[in-house]
Amino acid sequence: MDLGIVAVVVGFLLILVGIWGILTRKNIIKIVIGFSVFDTGLHMVMVGVGYVKGGTAPILDGAIAPGTALTSIVDPVPQALVLTAIVIGLGVTALMLAYVVRLFEYRKSLDISSYEDLKW
Amino acid sequence: MIKKLFVIILLTGLAFFFYGMISSFSGNEALNMSAAYYAENGAEEVGAANLVTAIVVTYRGLDTLGEVTILFLTAAIGAFFLKSKDNFSKRDVRESSELLKTASSMLVPLIFTLGIYVFVNGHLTPGGGFQGGAILASGLVLLLLSEPLKKVNSVLFAVIESISGILYVGVGIAGIFLAGGFLDNSILPMGEFGTLLSAGVLPVIYILIGLKVGSELSGLLTKFQETQEEN
Repeated sequence: MDLGIVAVVVGFLLILVGIWGILTRKNIIKIVIGFSVFDTGLHMVMVGVGYVKGGTAPILDGAIAPGTALTSIVDPVPQALVLTAIVIGLGVTALMLAYVVRLFEYRKSLDISSYEDLKW
Repeated sequence: MIKKLFVIILLTGLAFFFYGMISSFSGNEALNMSAAYYAENGAEEVGAANLVTAIVVTYRGLDTLGEVTILFLTAAIGAFFLKSKDNFSKRDVRESSELLKTASSMLVPLIFTLGIYVFVNGHLTPGGGFQGGAILASGLVLLLLSEPLKKVNSVLFAVIESISGILYVGVGIAGIFLAGGFLDNSILPMGEFGTLLSAGVLPVIYILIGLKVGSELSGLLTKFQETQEEN
């Protein structure tokens, strides 16, 4: 079976798991973890889309004979994009956790249903 | 109950949407045009063995500068929201186990060395500035787990971060005057392909990014450590 399609399918499943976690969990930290899982799924989909059948890592060393890079590597562009996305995802997670710390100081509770100020 | 039902309906809808995307996707047989260009000319134009690095640092260098800026913004906002407690080092915590303390004193220097190796060799092997920086910060996590009350010098992190950020932009601007344009890597001699001193200024940029990311994440971690107090 094609590895790229496996990665894309697993990635989409992880996205669904992440959204389910974000929407149904009560604990704010678990919601943040849901966002992290969602992120990971997106990264897997992006890397999977860039996979070329039978390709190897886009690093031109001994494993790739000179001049054959065009036919033997996978697409490096999605990998570079995912590298960016992982770092941004980490930043977003850190920021959300900082908000969680502040929320806990404010009301001493991690239960999302005790924050109803913006609910209508 | 109604809420759960809505969630299930939403997820089923999304699953159908995703299925529609997958069912027509049958994998790639060959590289698309832009990737083929990078595969053919990347080694010659940039001189980095790792094509992902060549794209991240040179072809899409501006994106990476923006990304580093976002990370800086995250660290700044995090520092703004997390107010340090003065008495955080006087907390009453249980002594860490001997196992953890011994392991961390043995492993932390090794982890730091690995992090530095990963970002110095970013243009030759898998890895690079962001990954190396994250490894450096993970070493600090282990250090803080074994000694939760340790006072870490966060001013030092801020200084390292600012200096490497300024140097990164400075190297980029130097490219305008000495080479083809902003963040052009050919302001230093290209060197021999596949060796440590190759790809012009690219390894320098990746080392600066590694230091910047590592000190940024470490600074954020110390901020989280300093906000803890007795409950």
